[in-house]
Amino acid sequence: MIFAFDWTQLAQQIVIGLASGGVWATLAVALVLIYRSTGVVNFAQGEMAMFSTFIAWSLVNHGLSYWAAFFLTVAISFVAGVAVERVVIRPVESAPVLTVVIVTLGLFFLVNGAARWIWTPEVRSLPNAFSTRPIDVGGVAFSIQDLGNIAVSLAAVGLLWVFYRFTKLGLASRAAAVNPEASRLLGVRVSWMLALGWGLAAAMGAVSGMLTAPALASFDQNLMQPVLLYAFAGAVLGGIDSPLGAVVGTMLLGVLVNLVGTYVDWVGTELQLPVALAVILGVLLIKPTGLFGRESVRRV
Amino acid sequence: MPEALLELQEVEARYGPLVALHGISLKVDEGEVVAVLGANGAGKTTTLRAVSGMVRRSGEIVFAGKRISRSSPEALARLGVAHVPEGRGTLTDLSVRENLRLGAYVRRDRAGVREDEQRILGYFPWLEQRAGQRAGTLSGGEQQMLALARALMLRPRLVLLDEPSLGLAPMVTAEIFRIVGELNEKEGLAVLVVEQNAALAFEASSRAYVLEAGKVAVEGSSDELRRNESVRRSYLGY
Amino acid sequence: MRQRVLGSGLWLLVVGVALVVYLFAPTFVSDFHSRDLAHAGVFFIAICGLNLLTGYTGQISLGHGALMAIGGYTTAALVVHEHWRDVWTIPLAGLAAGIVGFVIGLPALRLSGLYLALATFAFAVAMPSLLKKFSGLTGGGQGLRLLESAPEQVTGISGTVTIFGHSMTQNHFLYYLTWAVGLVGFLLAWLIVRGRLGRVFRAVRDSEIAAASAGVNLARYKTLAFAISGVYAGVAGALLAIQDEIVNPLTFTFLLSILILVGTVVGGLGSLPGMVLGALFVQYLPDISTRVSDAQGVPDFVYGAAIILVMILLPSGAGGLLRRLARPLTTRLYTRP
Repeated sequence: MIFAFDWTQLAQQIVIGLASGGVWATLAVALVLIYRSTGVVNFAQGEMAMFSTFIAWSLVNHGLSYWAAFFLTVAISFVAGVAVERVVIRPVESAPVLTVVIVTLGLFFLVNGAARWIWTPEVRSLPNAFSTRPIDVGGVAFSIQDLGNIAVSLAAVGLLWVFYRFTKLGLASRAAAVNPEASRLLGVRVSWMLALGWGLAAAMGAVSGMLTAPALASFDQNLMQPVLLYAFAGAVLGGIDSPLGAVVGTMLLGVLVNLVGTYVDWVGTELQLPVALAVILGVLLIKPTGLFGRESVRRV
Repeated sequence: MPEALLELQEVEARYGPLVALHGISLKVDEGEVVAVLGANGAGKTTTLRAVSGMVRRSGEIVFAGKRISRSSPEALARLGVAHVPEGRGTLTDLSVRENLRLGAYVRRDRAGVREDEQRILGYFPWLEQRAGQRAGTLSGGEQQMLALARALMLRPRLVLLDEPSLGLAPMVTAEIFRIVGELNEKEGLAVLVVEQNAALAFEASSRAYVLEAGKVAVEGSSDELRRNESVRRSYLGY
Repeated sequence: MRQRVLGSGLWLLVVGVALVVYLFAPTFVSDFHSRDLAHAGVFFIAICGLNLLTGYTGQISLGHGALMAIGGYTTAALVVHEHWRDVWTIPLAGLAAGIVGFVIGLPALRLSGLYLALATFAFAVAMPSLLKKFSGLTGGGQGLRLLESAPEQVTGISGTVTIFGHSMTQNHFLYYLTWAVGLVGFLLAWLIVRGRLGRVFRAVRDSEIAAASAGVNLARYKTLAFAISGVYAGVAGALLAIQDEIVNPLTFTFLLSILILVGTVVGGLGSLPGMVLGALFVQYLPDISTRVSDAQGVPDFVYGAAIILVMILLPSGAGGLLRRLARPLTTRLYTRP
């Protein structure tokens, strides 16, 4: 029996998977940022990203080009993220962790409700970031949009990495997350570093939203809820305290989910979400800290 | 009489409902090394934390003529006070070089910082080889020296040094105190050091305060206190 | 000796007032509101259970809605498929959920804090899909309708229920039933917390390492806590099924798990008295939010804002506030003049 394997399709599905994963990656990095600085998972990250996407839509609606709206939205989202931290998180900075978790849950409802109130439910869409033409790479057709999504996601994460690794502020931010007390003694305004973290996370979320929306014919306020789940799954897979893990985890997850959906018949596309959930549970049962996360040493 | 560099007057400090300091008064002059001694729980570390503003306190604290009784820890660094906390406060996930750089976080003079980095590496030459290493992988003694080097990067007028000997072998501790002494001689660095190991502290300092139960029990020149057997036996256990 | 007498005297007073309120509330509220209060009772029971787990052993669960689903569906299945009387299914529903709770508790041993939260979160999100999958038992997407499939097993179907010679409306009956179970559950929880088990739980929460060094079998107590809290959730789910007379996958979404958790934290972790307030908060807030304005999105906005505000003002929940208020009553007894 001759076994003919369609390598072209595999390559295409991998790229598609990487593209979805890339879009989830930026949201996952946002989750990791908040987790490392504030110690909580921000359940409202997706809704904040959704809100940013609606802002982008309004800007486009008022005549801006997609990319002008993109960058302006990222800037606005950054400021909004800082504001959210100062107003809502700072008051509970020293409260027990679960209290902060509940605050983020409250934020989930608040942001979702605000988005529903400001933008009435009607069919909306964002223009495509990239052309939808296919491009030929080595004889295989890939969508420019997919490649573009991968590029933008990696660029966003890359810029973030450069900030944290090479700038003074980024260094101070990392120090504040590692040892807040010692950092204060060095003159680092730890409280503001937290706000910075939230601003950057919001900006990353905005990128995620603005890449998610154009791929759909239309979007509404529920846009980011599945994305949040995938971002969680990817972040858990990669290690919830590792930004690199978030990127690798989500891209791996994207490829995995897509390949399983393509090649395993009974999964199809409806069961992709449960696959993600299964990944979360599987990782947590086998190695909770994920691929790149660090085992925290229990201090006696 | 010239103004003291650091002066505490009737400083009280509390952790929640627990009062740890019941009115401490002490001073450190320019270029002096002053030791704060006493048994565990006497309030030594709390005294330093009160200066830095890391604990709820009341009373007068003046540094270089400026009232800092209400200042935050971040402000202290900007005034030129470097606090090496108990346990060293190493930023374990960052590299040795990054730790050092952060020592100069509040400084704006790039040239001065680079100068100081060179000078400090002169005191701790091995730091240069380990510059890229994760600070958490250093040994206890190395971390202590890194913490001291990091404090020096501030170009501080006063260093608050909290229990440098904690968890370290005697040889390592002796080396650290030797460097402190050298810095004090060569650069006129003022140091307020809290120490469990009284013998070492007496050697390194010119004056000392002995605390007991949150109050200053005895104070005086280190030489005299060292020779005073009853002081040693009552408060320092040897 | 004096302290204890005063302490228990105060408690007796509180219990007395609570009993009076319980017995006579329906006479002051409309029949419809009795239904609401009954619903609050469901939350109360689930919240008590979650409090035992999270407040006392420090294990976070975002999946209690799913455990309620186990209880609710057990009841519904027994009524619809096996023709049991609805109220008699409650113990079995509790048991079923308790077993599932125990089963979850086993892998939970290896997870802590955030990871446990994520695992239970995944479980809660997956539950509706799981319920749809086993449609033979669960009725799939349609769910199970007690009223239609087995009306003779629904208590109060005729509109009135007669107990010990008193007759009352179905809604009143549901209220009395739910809160009776709730009070029993509260009492049990109180006994657990006061007793040796409670002390072990707290030891586990405060320092697992210290507890283990003291010889506590962590595995046994942590899974026990999960099981007990599962029983509470199951009973709550059963009562919900009995009240609504219907269960379907949408009854037990992740949202329900969130509500239980919010109610527990707002009530005050580790505080039993606060749980009533937590339940009332979770029951009535959506209503109040809609009352502010029912324009699109505004109720959710108000709801979220209220939760945030409560957490900012009362980081330790109502229980924390109650503790602070009660302190002057107790400190005088403990400090020396």
